Amino acid sequence: MSRREGRAERPGAGVAAPDRRRNRVTGRRSGRRMPGWEIVLRYVALLAVLALTVGPFLWQLSTSLKGPHEDIFASPPAFLPEQPTFDNYVRVAETIPVWDYALNSLTVAVVNVVANCTGAALAGYALARLRYRGRRAATLAFILAMLVPVEGIIIALFTTMRGLGLNDTLAGVVLPLSVSALNVLLMRNAFLNLPYEVEEAAFVDGANVWQRFARIALPSVKGTLAVVAILAFMGAWDDFLWPLIVLSDPQNFTLTIGLNYLHGTFADDERLVAAGTIIAVLPLIVLFACLQRYFFRGVGEGAVKG
Amino acid sequence: MTTPTTSPAAASGKAPKGRAPSSPLPTGRPRGGRSRIRRQLPVSPWLFAAPGLLVAGAFSLYPFLSTVANSFTDRRTLLPGRFVGLDNYREMLGDEMFWIGLRNSTLYVLGVVPALVVLPLLLALLVEKQIPGITFFRSAFYTPVVASIVVVGLIWVWLLDERGLVNSVLEVVGAGPVGFLSDQWLLLLSAMTVTVWKGLGYYMIIYLAALGNVPRELHEAASVDGAGPVRRFLTVTLPAVRSTMVLVAALSSVAAFKVFSEVYLMAGPGGGPAGEDTTLVMLVQRTGTGLSGRVGYSAAISVVVFAVTVALMLLVLRADRKEDA
Repeated sequence: MSRREGRAERPGAGVAAPDRRRNRVTGRRSGRRMPGWEIVLRYVALLAVLALTVGPFLWQLSTSLKGPHEDIFASPPAFLPEQPTFDNYVRVAETIPVWDYALNSLTVAVVNVVANCTGAALAGYALARLRYRGRRAATLAFILAMLVPVEGIIIALFTTMRGLGLNDTLAGVVLPLSVSALNVLLMRNAFLNLPYEVEEAAFVDGANVWQRFARIALPSVKGTLAVVAILAFMGAWDDFLWPLIVLSDPQNFTLTIGLNYLHGTFADDERLVAAGTIIAVLPLIVLFACLQRYFFRGVGEGAVKG
Repeated sequence: MTTPTTSPAAASGKAPKGRAPSSPLPTGRPRGGRSRIRRQLPVSPWLFAAPGLLVAGAFSLYPFLSTVANSFTDRRTLLPGRFVGLDNYREMLGDEMFWIGLRNSTLYVLGVVPALVVLPLLLALLVEKQIPGITFFRSAFYTPVVASIVVVGLIWVWLLDERGLVNSVLEVVGAGPVGFLSDQWLLLLSAMTVTVWKGLGYYMIIYLAALGNVPRELHEAASVDGAGPVRRFLTVTLPAVRSTMVLVAALSSVAAFKVFSEVYLMAGPGGGPAGEDTTLVMLVQRTGTGLSGRVGYSAAISVVVFAVTVALMLLVLRADRKEDA
């Protein structure tokens, strides 16, 4: 991705990027060709790792498609379903309200994306570009908040939520994640890397702080904003520990909690659990496949800049 | 860019407020930072930061302080609790479950961290070269990171089941079914494997960014000097990614010590046979929730988790500094 970064047309990002031209095929940074045996060896290794990382998902997909009369415990195992069927997906929806859970997860994830993008961009801008008394204290507060591990405060978070009367609601699920301190600091770094001149010109032209933020600074950090959005979506959709603690009524479950419940209650039919997990993971894989370009580029930039 | 909204905004913007110089242009003595843009309305910066600060304060900093405060009380879920000094900590020392949790969380660090420092680096070296299709492989290797831990846990429970895929393959080879999920130690080892499997892609990306920063001149100079690939890796790549390795070690050890989901999902809420696979965070969750949850005692265990993670972080960073000297 460092190679892509060189080409990225992001203002500010390309400023310090050194020349990163590489040979298109061999990838060598100089012009030498990679020997044929090395290419073969690399592909063999890549395919082996592919089998290890993606194989388990495919096995789960295969299980979820196997018919009721197939032996899913066969040895040697059968990788392709003999009587492929979507029946398990229908049955999992009859067993638990899996589509309601998916809708709950989607609600939480979308609200989380909007809240994080807005809140982190605003706060990041305030930390990077505005001057006021207490700015250092504000920065420190975010750094400390980032360092506090959620696993350690989970019970206090629960009692705080109860104090607010938000236990067992989706608002209670989403609020603690709604402006992650990490995202604030990511946005702060992105704003810090922008050149000052453009904003100064706007200032001279009389643009106020909201105009400078919304029309000049924000459009220049779209890459980081995309990363924040993806992280926020994945974080909310995948979260397990906090929803497990804050939600108690099965009506309000998110998909992850619903799946754990399904597993605990109906563990006897592995086909159902498999169908449920595929419902939970497929949207994310598709989303990620569509956005991975932005993601890898943005993460690379963040990591490079420290 | 934008059509300048002339006089009113500019006037209010440039009105000298207190010490703030009115001109945005360099004025000879730039105070403090790089910023030459002065504030306009004294209240708006705080409006920008307010949502973030509210969330950070209410859902990170306040719960943190209240965890520490609760750890000195006998607070329960529905009862307010009173100050009991160090009683919770004293009780912890005699609590067998606490020691089991501490042992398992520590073992988790020892088992997971070396694998997560080394394997993703090898993986990054594998996907670093720009060969056709490499983008596909990179994203595919990242899939386990994208998937929810619940999905990952349930997939592996199914794979490692007594009658699951791994065991049916083992049976074909002639090895009897292995109780990956029923034996206390194998269960912990299986959970570690899942953690490593899920973390590979994440740390691979971090390494990949670091590898992209290795100056190519160094590689070229080394090969001109006749250094083979292994030699080049040891003398050029390794020193260049060393600080990244430390970062990965710090991140993964803190995460490993706080492990919850993998073990919870694979061992069940009770923590496996006789609770022998309980980790510290599982213990926090188990003692602190429910109607009779012992919030105070659970908070005391949390404080231990904080302390150990901070210590781990300092230890790793210190080890790094020593090597530098």
